[in-house]
Amino acid sequence: MKRKTLNTIIYYTVVTLIAIFMVYPALWMLSSSFKQPWEIFGDILNLIPKEPTLNNYKEGWQGFGGITFATFFKNSFIIAGLNTIGTVISSTIVAYGLSRIPFPGRRIIFTTVILTLMLPMQVQIVPRYILFSKIGWINTFYPLIVPAFLGGPFFIFMVMQFIRGIPKELDESAFIDGADRIKIFYHIILPNLKPVITTAAIFAFYWAWNDFMGPLVYLNSPEKYPVSVALRAFSDPSAVTNWGAVFAMSTLSLIPVLVIFVLFQKYIVQGVTTTGLRG
Amino acid sequence: MKKLTKKKKHDILMGYLFTSPWILGFLFFIVFPLVTSLYLSFTRYDILSAPRWIGLQNWVRMFTQDPRFWNATKATFKYVIFEVPLRLLFAFIVALIFSQRESKILNLYRAIYYIPSLIGGSVAIAVVWRQIWGYPDGIVNAILSIFGLRGINWLGDTRTAIWTLILLAVWQFGSPMLIFLAALKQVPTELYEAATIDGANFWGRLFKITIPMVTPVILFNLINQMIHAFMAFTQSYIITQGGPLDSTLFYAVYMYRKAFNDFEMGYASALAWFMLALVGIFTVIIFKTSNRWVYYEAEEGV
Repeated sequence: MKRKTLNTIIYYTVVTLIAIFMVYPALWMLSSSFKQPWEIFGDILNLIPKEPTLNNYKEGWQGFGGITFATFFKNSFIIAGLNTIGTVISSTIVAYGLSRIPFPGRRIIFTTVILTLMLPMQVQIVPRYILFSKIGWINTFYPLIVPAFLGGPFFIFMVMQFIRGIPKELDESAFIDGADRIKIFYHIILPNLKPVITTAAIFAFYWAWNDFMGPLVYLNSPEKYPVSVALRAFSDPSAVTNWGAVFAMSTLSLIPVLVIFVLFQKYIVQGVTTTGLRG
Repeated sequence: MKKLTKKKKHDILMGYLFTSPWILGFLFFIVFPLVTSLYLSFTRYDILSAPRWIGLQNWVRMFTQDPRFWNATKATFKYVIFEVPLRLLFAFIVALIFSQRESKILNLYRAIYYIPSLIGGSVAIAVVWRQIWGYPDGIVNAILSIFGLRGINWLGDTRTAIWTLILLAVWQFGSPMLIFLAALKQVPTELYEAATIDGANFWGRLFKITIPMVTPVILFNLINQMIHAFMAFTQSYIITQGGPLDSTLFYAVYMYRKAFNDFEMGYASALAWFMLALVGIFTVIIFKTSNRWVYYEAEEGV
């Protein structure tokens, strides 16, 4: 009995110590965002601000070049929001076609989905930039949104895995009742996909929200920047930086991500474990 | 009979209709750009004027006249070789710790451990990371000074800078951890019971049962993480800007600079294709060697 208690104590000490390492940087950022400028680097290890202030948030929100963070957040929400909608709609449709409808070429299409899973975005960015500049899409949101409407391989695969678990008999009986593939998709499959659609939407939103390289490449006027690129411009190492303001805006930039995490934790764990989504 | 063919026709039409978004996207946003860039890798192209065919010049320049290309390749390899195994090791150990017990509070801990994976790739955390290792007044140096140790310029030293980036990535072991945890829970408990009766201790069970049973998941994580690591960008771009002396110049950052700072699109295309080939080769090698160490249940006992 005594040994068991000791084990439990050791166990929880270890997991708590690791937990501190895991959250410390985020906590430090949060606390610095409420610190006075002299306190941020003067009293670096103290997590509780001595003279808490909201000034960093006020100053940070002003942004730079006359553009406030309201614009950057709006841009991020537009890009990530449309990206999410596009990914979910297109990936669901494609996944249904690939997993339930027998037609010639289905295997080849599925193979391209799997191969693309292994194709890093960074390798495609130069040729895509050239393509988008030819069609006049540079410095617009289109390069960051339109491809999402044509299906993401991760999400197609993820929805396909889920559809596998829906009994085929449902399709068959609906077919005997005279429903065609579109009706079966809309009335039978789609209502059953809610959990996986939620999961896909969360991840699509995360990736689009955190994406840095895409907007950095495709956008060049600051009023179109999403938060990620704005933060980097805001904390440019070659300029004098108001660090308090940077930490305040950094904190704000993480709020949507953390709120979604708290609300949908179950789906996120499911999504990671079933498909190994990076994160 | 007639109805069947009608159904078949309907299916063929619907099959293409439903998959048409992917087919279009694949052709426009993947095949077309890849083929174009392969062509461009043999040209000199600055976007403004037409591409000019220069044969193998870009490739020759890459391998023989561009020390920065080698620096980038070296830094990226170093990063991949240390980051991927370390991250997987941590993910596995922590998943193992979690799999030992079950309680509500552990679910909370699991959530906390996942947070870095959510926010770690963000610009916000990259900015914070720069402060953590800052010189002379970063957090790490402040902690060292408590113990009377003199801090060093972690980000300014060619020996340490890359390790700060590796550590940042290892810190985000959340998603492989969750995958390992799911796999560990699926190992049949009968196996452990039988092994315990046979006198196997914790380590015996770990190396004879647990690890072999999760090797398919290790393979999956390994490939996933490797592809991801080869293309790391944000951390290097924001935290170290590739420095000092190119010691953290990640390949993706170098490619980005060639393309979007120097507007050498042809050369950048060659860089992209070299990396694509490299990632492909490594993936194939890992797959090929995997049947030596990956244990598939279905094959056993046949």
